[in-house]
Amino acid sequence: MPKDGGIGSPTLRREDIRFLTGNGKYTDDINIHGQAYAYFVRSDVAHGTINSIDASAAEGMPGVAKVFTAKDFEGVGGVPCGWQVTDRFGEAMQEPKHPVLAEGKVRHVGDPIAVVVADTLEQARDAAEALDIDITELEPVLNMKDALKDGATKVHDDLTSNLCYDWGFVEENREAVDEAIKGAHHVTTLELTNNRLVANPMEPRVAVGDYDSSNDEHTLYTTSQNPHVIRLLMGAFVLGIPEHKLRVVAPDVGGGFGAKIYHYAEEAFCTFAAKALKRPVKWTSSRSEAFMSDAHGRDHVTKIELAMDKDGKFLALRTDTHANMGAYLSTFAPSIPTWLHGTLMAGNYTTPLIYVNVKAVFTNTVPVDAYRGAGRPEATFQLERVVDKAAREMGIDPVELRRRNFITEFPYATPVAVEYDTGDYHATMDKLLELSDHAGFDARAAESKKNGKLRGFGIAHYIEACGIAPSNLVGQLGARAGLYESATVRVNATGSISVMTGSHSHGQGHETSFAQVVSEMIGIDASQIDIVHGDTAKSPMGMGTYGSRSLAVGGSAMVRATEKIINKAKKIAAHLLEAAEGDIELKDGAFTVAGTDKSVAWGDVTLAAYVPHNYPLEDIEPGLEETAFYDPANFTYPSGAYGCEVEVDPETGKVTVLGFTAADDFGNIVNPMIVEGQVHGGLAQGIGQAMIENCAYDDQGQLLSGSYMDYAMPRADDLPMFTVDHSSVTPCTHNPLGVKGCGEAGAIGSPPALVNAVIDALQRGGHDVTHIDMPLSSDRVWAAMNS
Amino acid sequence: MTNVTMTVNGKSVSGNVEGRTLLSSFLRDDLRLTGTHVGCDTSQCGACVVHVDGLSVKACTMLAAEADGAEVKTIEGMANADGSLSVIQQAFQDHHGLQCGFCTPGMVMTAAALLKENPKPSETEVRDYLEGNICRCTGYHNIVKAIMAASGQDVSAIAAE
Repeated sequence: MPKDGGIGSPTLRREDIRFLTGNGKYTDDINIHGQAYAYFVRSDVAHGTINSIDASAAEGMPGVAKVFTAKDFEGVGGVPCGWQVTDRFGEAMQEPKHPVLAEGKVRHVGDPIAVVVADTLEQARDAAEALDIDITELEPVLNMKDALKDGATKVHDDLTSNLCYDWGFVEENREAVDEAIKGAHHVTTLELTNNRLVANPMEPRVAVGDYDSSNDEHTLYTTSQNPHVIRLLMGAFVLGIPEHKLRVVAPDVGGGFGAKIYHYAEEAFCTFAAKALKRPVKWTSSRSEAFMSDAHGRDHVTKIELAMDKDGKFLALRTDTHANMGAYLSTFAPSIPTWLHGTLMAGNYTTPLIYVNVKAVFTNTVPVDAYRGAGRPEATFQLERVVDKAAREMGIDPVELRRRNFITEFPYATPVAVEYDTGDYHATMDKLLELSDHAGFDARAAESKKNGKLRGFGIAHYIEACGIAPSNLVGQLGARAGLYESATVRVNATGSISVMTGSHSHGQGHETSFAQVVSEMIGIDASQIDIVHGDTAKSPMGMGTYGSRSLAVGGSAMVRATEKIINKAKKIAAHLLEAAEGDIELKDGAFTVAGTDKSVAWGDVTLAAYVPHNYPLEDIEPGLEETAFYDPANFTYPSGAYGCEVEVDPETGKVTVLGFTAADDFGNIVNPMIVEGQVHGGLAQGIGQAMIENCAYDDQGQLLSGSYMDYAMPRADDLPMFTVDHSSVTPCTHNPLGVKGCGEAGAIGSPPALVNAVIDALQRGGHDVTHIDMPLSSDRVWAAMNS
Repeated sequence: MTNVTMTVNGKSVSGNVEGRTLLSSFLRDDLRLTGTHVGCDTSQCGACVVHVDGLSVKACTMLAAEADGAEVKTIEGMANADGSLSVIQQAFQDHHGLQCGFCTPGMVMTAAALLKENPKPSETEVRDYLEGNICRCTGYHNIVKAIMAASGQDVSAIAAE
């Protein structure tokens, strides 16, 4: 049994107390004396030329401080992109400028044109009505394939076309893959879309800019998953503010799911305007604005081909994807359909030859970037769908076909450039079949049939690359940043500890789970340990939280810093106990001399460090504070088997999810309660994608799903209770905790399991349906059954 | 501007509001009771649920002026008198019924309204009642569990975590 509050225990979350009593401090709860309110005026057309903006009437309205337009941002940089992809011909991607406020043209519904700043939000809104903006509408670019045709309207006049890049991976394999597919016993082909989604964290984005003219210091309070990244991008590339004059604070953040990774124009605006107006400037997104300004996710159109021998052994895989970038390149957008997608196309299988082609395309839509899973759901969806289709075409049970092709020897170098360190895919598959009572499925299906319903069971096995990422590797792949993480462990004189981490918690419970790790290492009660995050003035430079990296990378930095603390504390203890350093042991918060009853408490050692009267000053410095930066040696590779059981009403096409089972291998677990919660949330988002969520544009580029009235967020009555298991454990071999990451798995493995289940149900009902694009709404399912 | 007076969490408060000022804005901006959250602009998400004269109300759908003279309870008024968590709040912590915490105040207020109407709701009844509250983090599994546990029901029989 793990110790309560230590590693492995389901310790209750300390942060819950403030959230449950209304004491959380989110960015919108921050109000600074004298602040003004910003209201963004956004384009209501998808594509157009701005002829003129007349702000004279608006500027005369009550309370208005100023109306800002692009001309106020002359000399200010554009919102930068953090990743440069090189195409298959060795050329850099096309990278358009992304101005803070639209310059000359608007390129998507929601593109900001002007900002009114006034004493109250109501005054700003009223004045915005008085702005006279003249725009000539242009033909919008919406369909990705049409966008690449010769003579197509261009989203950016200064680019040669709407193609951001044409990426091939691994380019050297291209011909060998073509040959293998040509000569194969059987090739299964599938064309599909991965539907566009909106991340929709429940807290809309907020930015509050503040400027202290006495020392030329800027502070930005913002809803970010990575305040240091915002400081770097905004300071260095947009506003030209050096880091030591720019503090970025991301306090309690109400969910992120990727959408709060990126540097957004509104952050730069509020920081800029606070100095220009010499007063704090606050912007709070409405949900309607969020739909047309938060980066969207997914939006791939794909053709995948899987070649097999007569026994169903995978010989080669070829996949061709069009990935929507939207109108501008969001911070990490180019990396998502490439390095976070192509590298996962081996899945759990020994497929020896793989070629991935991705064409990234500019369109007159909101920029698309990482959303929970980021590239890995897109890879897993197409792979697990084509494997399921192949099983049916080959007459092999889908479980059996997967098992025949599972990787069983580790480490395993895939043909798409990554090396899986550990895994046991048969173990998670076994667990799934057991927990979902797979053996009893036929009886349940017969029961459904009696009731006039079609029951189906679908499986997906996933792999993901988490713990992002080795800096030297991502540098070679085009990242304009390192992806290490940092921690400072500050031990106070009385023995309590503050850990300043560069990771950021926005629902993941770091304040609890990170404290569990340090508590376990030192042996003092977790209540004596505070986790501090979300403030560039407090934490060392860190890269933040995304890609299921916090514990694997940030936790590893914390472990390394704590090890340094323990090493130094042992030296102090050895001095106090008059023993050799090598004989000192730390257990349960006390240092003892091995084989004796001589002991000194943690608090006595920490006190000695800060009141060094009896202290080896000639050998070591006073104080007890250490920092570590940890750069991972590899990605981590969580994996799992997911199973979904559905019932389809043949009269209406309505799909009901009866049960969902997730059997994961996350390596070692620090807090199983939190891990299960992460999986539940991921499953809900994946089931949401597969069942109801869809971000839709009409043929004029108008966003049809622009509110919760139109974009179907999963609600309590859309989802079942989940069965989750993480008892299959193959620890990560290259980080000190042996952890792999659990934040995205649920959203990665669930969409293909659900679609496979519906196809299974329909085929059992005698319908020759091999694919339906997500979301599987009743009308789509009904139409497929009746076509 | 109109002067409004109401009782919020047992205390009489008053303020001057515009006709268009929403109750959610009055609570957050005037009274600085920032536990009531605003997550949408179409009265769909339920992060702003409070109790007005004992009934659960989305504070973004009601004008502050309409609440003149009313008895309002917000998340800040839900803990026990000694500051400890109430049964519902404690159940949310015990069953990990929250992650980022943003939807949580609305969830707790809605749960309290449900249990007042229906002291022993079934899983289906809980899910139906939560229809107006959106959570993006938890997948609702642990929220449903927490609410059923708060009603005194044994939740160990609910599907394995």
